[in-house]
Amino acid sequence: MSYLIAFFVGGAICALGQLVLELTGWTPAQLLVILTIIGGVLGGLGLYQPFLEFAGAGALIPVSGFGSSVALGAISEAKRIGFMGLFTGTFEIVGLGLTAAVIFGFLMALVFNPKE
Amino acid sequence: MTHIAPRDEADRQRRAASYQKLVQRYKPRPPIGRNMLMAFVVGGGLCLLGQIFFNIFLGMALTPREAAAPTLAVMIFLGALATGFGIYDELAEIGGAGAAIPISGFSNTVTAAAMEFKREGFILGMGAKMFVIAGPVLVYGIITGFTVALIRVFLLGM
Repeated sequence: MSYLIAFFVGGAICALGQLVLELTGWTPAQLLVILTIIGGVLGGLGLYQPFLEFAGAGALIPVSGFGSSVALGAISEAKRIGFMGLFTGTFEIVGLGLTAAVIFGFLMALVFNPKE
Repeated sequence: MTHIAPRDEADRQRRAASYQKLVQRYKPRPPIGRNMLMAFVVGGGLCLLGQIFFNIFLGMALTPREAAAPTLAVMIFLGALATGFGIYDELAEIGGAGAAIPISGFSNTVTAAAMEFKREGFILGMGAKMFVIAGPVLVYGIITGFTVALIRVFLLGM
């Protein structure tokens, strides 16, 4: 069941994103930034968390989940250790993914060359 | 030699209008519905793949919050790997936003930039330009997260 929900929720977010691209002529980078900000704001309002619990990877994997994870990390660390938590908390949850992106990206670039 | 010239202004406009009608009829429309369907299938498929790993990590007695990070890491690894083999570019061709929005697409832009700019050198090429596409997401993600946390925790005290 969780697979079905993840497929449909994640798919719906991507289809809506595609519709926005077609109608506005934005570049994908612009769309991703807007989605990230939406996720961050929803995370700050406490609305992304119930969405995550419902949709699982369908809410986690789209880049809006990245935005909400930054916000949730900053909020929980700010509550835990105070003002400095705003600065350390932003990477609390997404740090693993960011480091993974740099390390794997670097390794792949060592091994592979772009196709002509 | 016959010369087809518009006889007067009204005639010229009529011809222009009917030509425009013809152009409209034969101009290929962007297949929005089809593109949305492909984005749905590719994006949904990637989220389904993510859910498989998410459930595996949940099965290792991790809480959903603890399981989120390794799930993202696995999807990032797979995105990087598929980019190296040139598979992700084909997926993006088919899926459009469906390949870009999932976190594997974030990883794809990082890896693709690293591969692309390697020829400009390891420091000023790869090192400097690795986040040339993914950077904006990082910058605005951090600004948004920082701001909402500041407002919520320190201004509203929630």
